[in-house]
Amino acid sequence: MSARRPLPRWADILLLPAINLAMAFLISGLVVLMIGENPLYAVQVILYGAFGYGDGVGYTLYYATNFIFTGLAFAIAAHAGLFNIGGNGQAYVAGLGAILVALALDQTHWLITMPLAMIAAGVFGGIWGLIPGYLQAKRGSHVVITTIMFNFIAAALMVYMLNRVLKAPNTMAPESETLDIGGRVPQLREFIPFFGYSPVNLTIVVAIAFLVGAYILIWRTKLGYQLRTLGHNPVASRYAGMSNSKLIMIAMTLSGACAGMVAINEVLGVQNRLVLDFVADAGFVGIAVALIGRNHPIGIGLAAVLFGALYQGGQELQFVIPAVTREMIEVIQALIILFTGAMEGLFRPALERGFVLMSVEQKAEATARATVDSES
Amino acid sequence: MSADNEKQQRPDSAAARPGARSEWAIELEKINKSFGAVHANKDIDLKVRRGTIHGIVGENGAGKSTLMSILYGFYTADSGTIRVNGEPHAITDSRHALALGIGMVHQHFMLVDNMTVLDNVILGAEDSPFLNKTLSRARQQLIKLGEEYSLEVDPDALIENISVGQQQRVEILKALFRGADILILDEPTGVLTPAEADHLFRVLETLRAEGKTVILITHKLREIMAITDEVSVMRQGEMVETLQTKDTNPEQIAELMVGRRVLLQVEKQPATPGGVVLEVENLSVRDRLGVDRVKDVSFSVRAGEIVGIAGVAGNGQSELLEAISGISDPHSGSVRINGQTLDMRGDDGAARARRAGLAHVPEDRHRMGLVVTFEEWENSILGYETYPNYGKGAILDSAAAQAEAQKRIEMFDIRPANIKLKTANFSGGNQQKIVLAREMDRDLEVLVVGQPTRGVDIGAIEFIHKQIIKMRDAGKAVLLVSVELDEIRSLSDRILVMFDGKLVGEADPQTASERDLGMMMAGVEQAEAAE
Repeated sequence: MSARRPLPRWADILLLPAINLAMAFLISGLVVLMIGENPLYAVQVILYGAFGYGDGVGYTLYYATNFIFTGLAFAIAAHAGLFNIGGNGQAYVAGLGAILVALALDQTHWLITMPLAMIAAGVFGGIWGLIPGYLQAKRGSHVVITTIMFNFIAAALMVYMLNRVLKAPNTMAPESETLDIGGRVPQLREFIPFFGYSPVNLTIVVAIAFLVGAYILIWRTKLGYQLRTLGHNPVASRYAGMSNSKLIMIAMTLSGACAGMVAINEVLGVQNRLVLDFVADAGFVGIAVALIGRNHPIGIGLAAVLFGALYQGGQELQFVIPAVTREMIEVIQALIILFTGAMEGLFRPALERGFVLMSVEQKAEATARATVDSES
Repeated sequence: MSADNEKQQRPDSAAARPGARSEWAIELEKINKSFGAVHANKDIDLKVRRGTIHGIVGENGAGKSTLMSILYGFYTADSGTIRVNGEPHAITDSRHALALGIGMVHQHFMLVDNMTVLDNVILGAEDSPFLNKTLSRARQQLIKLGEEYSLEVDPDALIENISVGQQQRVEILKALFRGADILILDEPTGVLTPAEADHLFRVLETLRAEGKTVILITHKLREIMAITDEVSVMRQGEMVETLQTKDTNPEQIAELMVGRRVLLQVEKQPATPGGVVLEVENLSVRDRLGVDRVKDVSFSVRAGEIVGIAGVAGNGQSELLEAISGISDPHSGSVRINGQTLDMRGDDGAARARRAGLAHVPEDRHRMGLVVTFEEWENSILGYETYPNYGKGAILDSAAAQAEAQKRIEMFDIRPANIKLKTANFSGGNQQKIVLAREMDRDLEVLVVGQPTRGVDIGAIEFIHKQIIKMRDAGKAVLLVSVELDEIRSLSDRILVMFDGKLVGEADPQTASERDLGMMMAGVEQAEAAE
């Protein structure tokens, strides 16, 4: 075993994820090869589909918007040492808050509707996070278990709401009434024709603001300091006089509220009504996004775009190469999660050794040794 | 002394033994090891004579652990040669070290708590897929080893049910069971009661008598003097000197360790106590299993005095400290600071205690007092982060916190003087200074200190003791809890002895003898002890 020491920051943040991604793509390429298609062509199709033209870019960014919210939701809880995998359910229930406000205000102006809908979505999503948080803090029920359960409860609740309470009259589909113009978030294509017919909308600006806000919250506020203390050492936070139970509940509420913003993008931005399963597993993708992004807003932003591109490029791929099915795309996504999330440390030891060998001190020392040897 | 004769004769007898080719069990030559920019071992030469007890002393960060890790195969040296029994070896891992007969007893035991002694001993040394054969062989050998070295342990007892001293015996047995001929012990007495430590020394002497070689890493000079034959002193990665123990004295060793003269005795003026500041009344603490850990404890601490609580570890001191500082909610009783009763309900009682002027240096800085993954400056505000000094609103004024941390790093001579360094990368003594600086450098009424110098090197001990006395002289009430009787005796103005959750006696450090205190710590009532 040779000497190792922590990687330089840039290598830890950029180089290692890049290597992991490269590995994931390499193996994905092999899979594509195995079904008799040309992986390089597949990559070309994905890249073109995701970034090659206005509509593609728009779709990529629209997906990325959702993943930023769910990724941040996971990261905020993770900094407090909580594994919130209930982003899906929290986003889903938040749709309820969003649609109620939007339906009530859709005769006014989006500038009024959107902020109020955000608050309502935040409250609904936040409560859906708070309940597992409370159960963890006061009753010791682990959030991993409770948040999974709450995903199912959310799904059942929404089916009920859409079938019995919110269903529009004169329709068979379990969906709410369609919002009028005053309840819709403006599309970016209205200002930038480049985006063609893609659904990317102003919510992406909110997402970017959330990235900045999350950075400030976690690293620049007293609350963020307390959350991180809890996450790193709950005994120390107790010693310090922080109320761990309160912090757990706050973290879960913020996390749920953040996930809830997906509802703004989907309900007010794209669908213009509440539909079944509008979250489309963005909550789970958010976990992968946060893992790849190392729970850091910049990383989450980049990872969200990556997954947005995969979603959009993947759709394109199915279209262009019929042999590559929807399931194949999921295999590729799974490989990325595997390499960048679950096996994130796979190449770390080798990389650390490599860095030690290349380091300046090592060279200086080797030179010194060589000099001494030649002198003596 | 007959022991001296033995020591001098041993090399010859060892050389006469069949198979023994060298009088040296271990020879290290020009060992170098760097971790990045840190040169942890510089050209280390060390020779350990077969059949002796060889002490290695040095401050934290002097490179003792690195050197022993190289010997035990955890690290590979950058350069240098290792000879075991006269033959050069490149030790690649601990399995290899074991094969060469080198065994190690770590400071933190490597035992599985919910397995039996026997299971732990064979762990990793099973010789067939089915355990029954190994187990019966191990059982016989365990009994034999136990008798031979007075290391008796019940092979069927669960680790979690036996005392720390016995757990250590299991660790030693593990090494012997694997055929260790050379035994490395890292700070073995840190967790032991005085009686257990005495027993350990007798075991080590037996091992020596049987021809085994023992390397003892410690920072307690008393142990070096009591038991070793030779002692090697390390300082800042270098081997300073190897001495015959009988030719040296603690003062000389301490000076070699630190590189300057060290006061082993604490200098202090008599106390001038003022009014009562801290009052503890009928305090009882019950743990989650319903066992009373602290039983109806009452005492008070006045301004300008140090009250020391002595006792063997595990007699309720930790629970008492946690209750007083508001971390755990006591079962009954109250704590008052300047007449104000502390509200201990909820899980943020510590915050209220702090606001009332109670600063707390916890027993276990790693587990409780620090977030080791944080940067140094972040730990410098732990517990005080909501104070207006670090920003009036919700935003943390990190510039103010960093400026303060910088000031403290200079004031308390914390090294390296880098507030952006991860706390885990500081040595134990410096980590303790980070905690002390944070707790002492503010307006406070009561200072509660637990095990202030545990795992801290001599140079830092002196400094920490001075700081504690400085707090007292500044008119603060100081409550000191320590399992180091010497520390309690030299710092305290009043000693309270705790046993089985109760305060069993009070003593004057000037007049009380170590024997009396020892009796009280062992639970013999004061009245009897006085007789």
